[in-house]
Amino acid sequence: MSIIQFCYVLSAILFILGIKSLSSPETARRGMNLASFGMLIAIIGTLFLPSIVTYHWIIAGLMLGTVLSIPISLWVPMTKIPQRIALSHAGGALAACLIGIAEYYQYNQAIDSVSTAVIGVEVMLGALTFTGSLMVAGKLHGTLPSRPITYKGQNLVNISLFIIMIALLIYLIFYPSQDALFYILLTLAFLFGVFLVTPIGAADMPVVIALFNSYGGLTGAVMGFMLGNRIQIITGALDGASGFILSVLMCRAMNRSITNVLFGAFGKIEATAEKKSARMGDHAVQSINIEEALQFFDQAKSVIIVPGYGMAASQAHHALREFANKLKAKGISVKYAIHPVAGRMPGHMNVLLAEADVPYTDLFDMDEINPEFPHTDIALIVGANDVTNPAARHVKSSPIYGMPILDVDKAKIVIVCKRSTSPGFSGVDNELYTKANTWLLFGDAKESLAKLAYGFKRNW
Amino acid sequence: MVNPLSIADIYIFILAGFLGFQLISRIPPLLHTPLMAATNAISGIALVGSIAVAGENYSLLTNILAFIAVTCSTINVVGGFLITDRILKMFKKEKPHSENKT
Repeated sequence: MSIIQFCYVLSAILFILGIKSLSSPETARRGMNLASFGMLIAIIGTLFLPSIVTYHWIIAGLMLGTVLSIPISLWVPMTKIPQRIALSHAGGALAACLIGIAEYYQYNQAIDSVSTAVIGVEVMLGALTFTGSLMVAGKLHGTLPSRPITYKGQNLVNISLFIIMIALLIYLIFYPSQDALFYILLTLAFLFGVFLVTPIGAADMPVVIALFNSYGGLTGAVMGFMLGNRIQIITGALDGASGFILSVLMCRAMNRSITNVLFGAFGKIEATAEKKSARMGDHAVQSINIEEALQFFDQAKSVIIVPGYGMAASQAHHALREFANKLKAKGISVKYAIHPVAGRMPGHMNVLLAEADVPYTDLFDMDEINPEFPHTDIALIVGANDVTNPAARHVKSSPIYGMPILDVDKAKIVIVCKRSTSPGFSGVDNELYTKANTWLLFGDAKESLAKLAYGFKRNW
Repeated sequence: MVNPLSIADIYIFILAGFLGFQLISRIPPLLHTPLMAATNAISGIALVGSIAVAGENYSLLTNILAFIAVTCSTINVVGGFLITDRILKMFKKEKPHSENKT
């Protein structure tokens, strides 16, 4: 066993320990330090490869990459984490794709069918993950319209494009040196990534980000197959599994099937769903002002806070924590209910609340918290919509029917911080707003919460 | 450098995939964002392959492609670990509340 192989074995062990440590916030940081040490060992080991004859490209790349990584990791605000993660999926996929191209360019006259298949898959996955993730990042950042963009026959176009790509790949396996076809395949894969994400709205991004995480991992694994580098196969498999599990979890939380996701044909449900004008007209919504809301909170013994993407959008998490602290100081129990798809990526809300110094012991998953709503005095909803819509339980015609929701309507009083009554991403009116125990507190969530925090202190 | 596909590699892939399933299903939703950041950082291991190709000096084109690949994966490695640590640092247990912290 050469010294390089020894380094790789060591770093594989450290990576696995690192991921294992993420099962608890107590051990996570130490574990990730181990993993980064493992990475360092692998890189240093690689620098001693006998096949390396020139170092200046490597050193230039390492230095440029390190410099560029600082702004996108240390200066990015936590509300922008989803697009930051999407961007790095794009970067990782691009790297794998370019190496695939380089290898093909270098050896295309001499490679066998199996190697062509491996390179073809790598380049295809890498290219579509690259452009797809860029689209995701653009949609999340608002550079691109975040609404789903659909047109007639879209699925047909996407599927035929996919079939053409597979056909090209198969042809290349039989005739590996047809380099023109290889570059056509590459171009189509870049296009396919764009087409794949076009019909998907920003609110579905938790699934898509997780899916591209998985694709990125698989690309890495295939790159490992190509280069015969086992550490890359192992990490690629781990990464692929991680992304896959996350996308399954996100799908379940949205009541979508996994096949639906794997073929990328979702987002259609929203597009075709009629905007049901639910019984918004029957009952008027009841709105309250800050003072009235404060009176409710004065009486309360227990409060559950339900954050959603709206909280991230209006950066209300610090104001929310301040208000929660005031409530706690008065002896009111405060808990946070986190729906799996709240926000724009898996775990988005947890990170924002952690940033605002909310202890993670106050954050509860949907399954843990749902039985508690009936004994809760106030459910305070900050910028969440569809995940609280009781219509998901019983309105069969609703596009969100069957989606697991937080049972906020079972709380004694529901207070919703909201900009307007406009429907959420699925275009469905929220039945919750017309319930007798629901009160809407209109206005910017950040301002409302800051006023609540201020007012509560005075009363007390 | 192009490697014939060996059956051992496929075994490794499958076993690592199963291991990943076991490990990742135990991670609480609380840490799903740092998990994504972490897998991102770790998948920056593509850097290892990129370095190998960048150092081969076959032609200018492959060198440039590999140089971009090295840059991209370095961003993922360094940036990924930095941001994971930054996120994990924020997860704290309950502490005596300090009112004056803004």
